[in-house]
Amino acid sequence: MPLSGAKRWLLLGIAIAILASYFTPHFNRYYLGIVIDVGIAIILATSLNLINGHTGQFSLGHAGFMAVGGYFSAWLTLSAGATANSLWFFPLVLIAGGLLSAFVGLCVGIPSLRLRGDYLAIVTLGFGEIIRVVAQNTEAVGAASGLKGIPKLTTLGWTFGFAAITIYAITALVNSTYGRGFIAVHDDEIAAESNGVNTTRTKVTAFVTGAFFAGIAGGLWAHHKQFLSPTGFDWIKSIEIVVMVILGGMGRTVGVIAAAIILTVLPEFLRDFSEYRMIIYALLIIVLMLLRPAGLFSFNFKRRSQS
Amino acid sequence: MDWIQQIINGLGLGAIYALMALGYTMVYGVLRFINFAHSDVLMLGAFAAFYLAPKLQEMFGAQSVTSAVMVFILAALICALVGMTIERLAYRPLRNRPKLTVLITAIGVSLLIEFTGQNEHVFGASPLPFPQLLPEKTLHLGSLVMASNDVIIVSLTLVLLLGMWLIVQKTRVGTAMRAVSFNMQAASLMGVPVNRIISFTFGLGSALAAIAGILYSMKAPGIEPLMGVQPGLRAFVAAVLGGIGNLPGAVLGGVILGLLETFAGGIPGLSNYRDAIAFGILILILLFKPAGLLGRSTIEKV
Repeated sequence: MPLSGAKRWLLLGIAIAILASYFTPHFNRYYLGIVIDVGIAIILATSLNLINGHTGQFSLGHAGFMAVGGYFSAWLTLSAGATANSLWFFPLVLIAGGLLSAFVGLCVGIPSLRLRGDYLAIVTLGFGEIIRVVAQNTEAVGAASGLKGIPKLTTLGWTFGFAAITIYAITALVNSTYGRGFIAVHDDEIAAESNGVNTTRTKVTAFVTGAFFAGIAGGLWAHHKQFLSPTGFDWIKSIEIVVMVILGGMGRTVGVIAAAIILTVLPEFLRDFSEYRMIIYALLIIVLMLLRPAGLFSFNFKRRSQS
Repeated sequence: MDWIQQIINGLGLGAIYALMALGYTMVYGVLRFINFAHSDVLMLGAFAAFYLAPKLQEMFGAQSVTSAVMVFILAALICALVGMTIERLAYRPLRNRPKLTVLITAIGVSLLIEFTGQNEHVFGASPLPFPQLLPEKTLHLGSLVMASNDVIIVSLTLVLLLGMWLIVQKTRVGTAMRAVSFNMQAASLMGVPVNRIISFTFGLGSALAAIAGILYSMKAPGIEPLMGVQPGLRAFVAAVLGGIGNLPGAVLGGVILGLLETFAGGIPGLSNYRDAIAFGILILILLFKPAGLLGRSTIEKV
């Protein structure tokens, strides 16, 4: 995709977001809530796609980064008091949450991504646990009873504005000269390294970028649900995001966005089957890996080598 | 004397981690991937014992040694079959696929077992009380108080470890296992039936996980479908700590982790963060000695 095209999509996305948020008072609150959920899911899935898809690593801790961003931005909003009502306060808080999340991502990523192998999966899984333990023991964010009374600052406009920025930033990053390194690492790490790609740095960059956007999504989530509990960000939440990426086809932005929309909307209509939801997710993962490792929405227009 | 007590508790916990870690490390040794479903085999072992124990106790007498031994053997056999089935259905078709595909499948298998187990028609999500397999006694050695369960756990683990060592070092199957782990292609060219050996490895690892599951449940307040996740993660950390792919390393790592966790649980300020210790250790070991305490770093050849 040429950059000008991507920029056009970015502008279009932001324009639609602004336009749509103008009409939000007329929407049904329940449906509006789902639509915002969809926007947040798009941010999460697209950012995880950079790590698990384009770069070919495997992170299981995306909900942990969401928690870092969510808790930090919610804490900032609650401590700010009245200034929270000014227009530019919210995006700044979100970015602050994203930055803290990115910093945590750096601390987690450097030890585990230096090595080749599956360590990242276990480390990120454990990281999610650590975040939960820390949140449960920190009085400033409500400890085990959770953080209540977060003002509702998340609007349709901010959600989809940030979703558009996320999609644009990640697409542009992957399509840049530097970003080709991600795909090179994904395809063959040894070959990439012998061609002068600093693989550790590339992997850490992808991981930190993904963590940043997950932190922003966490902030949006916190100011949307208005309540954060330490158990709300457990590994089941991470698995949901992973399933979105696998279903959409790892490394395929459009497919991943479609999967994020479907997997957020569908459970709302299939509430009767909610006890079977995770079983179906698990089966989907296995069957897709055995039969369609490139994702549900890949139609082999151009045949991709198995990688 | 308090710290000797702690050491005994820590050894009991460490023995369970060691048994689990052996399964991770053996599979990693031959196939080079983390078998995420291993922690769920532990859970299945506990549930197998849960359903078997009442029937066997009817046949051989309540809390008798025979019934306990039978429970252990049957649960281990069931789990060995489960482990081999998982390998046959989910992992073998992916043998020549990229590592990531196998890893994701393993996570899928693990989730499938966990959430199927949580369904109310299978095991249900709420904890069930584990039946008492052997009478619980407290042994007094001077001022030292030991629970009989701790003694059983540690001594049974020692016996199993000795058996494992004999299998891996002294038998034909063990030699073949080591050959496959050293170089699968060359082993296959030398006439080693690679698929059968891998199946055997999974069976052996799963049987150990089942026994670890029963031992774990003997001390745990109850069993539930997600009970394997935490000890499974710890055991993986233990395997990495000792050097993944290295059998004595897995045991050493398990014991170190068990001791550290028990001691941290005894320190007031740290006890809340007990769950986080294993991962702190994992990060440190990956930073400073990624090959593990007993592992040798390998150079990847192109």
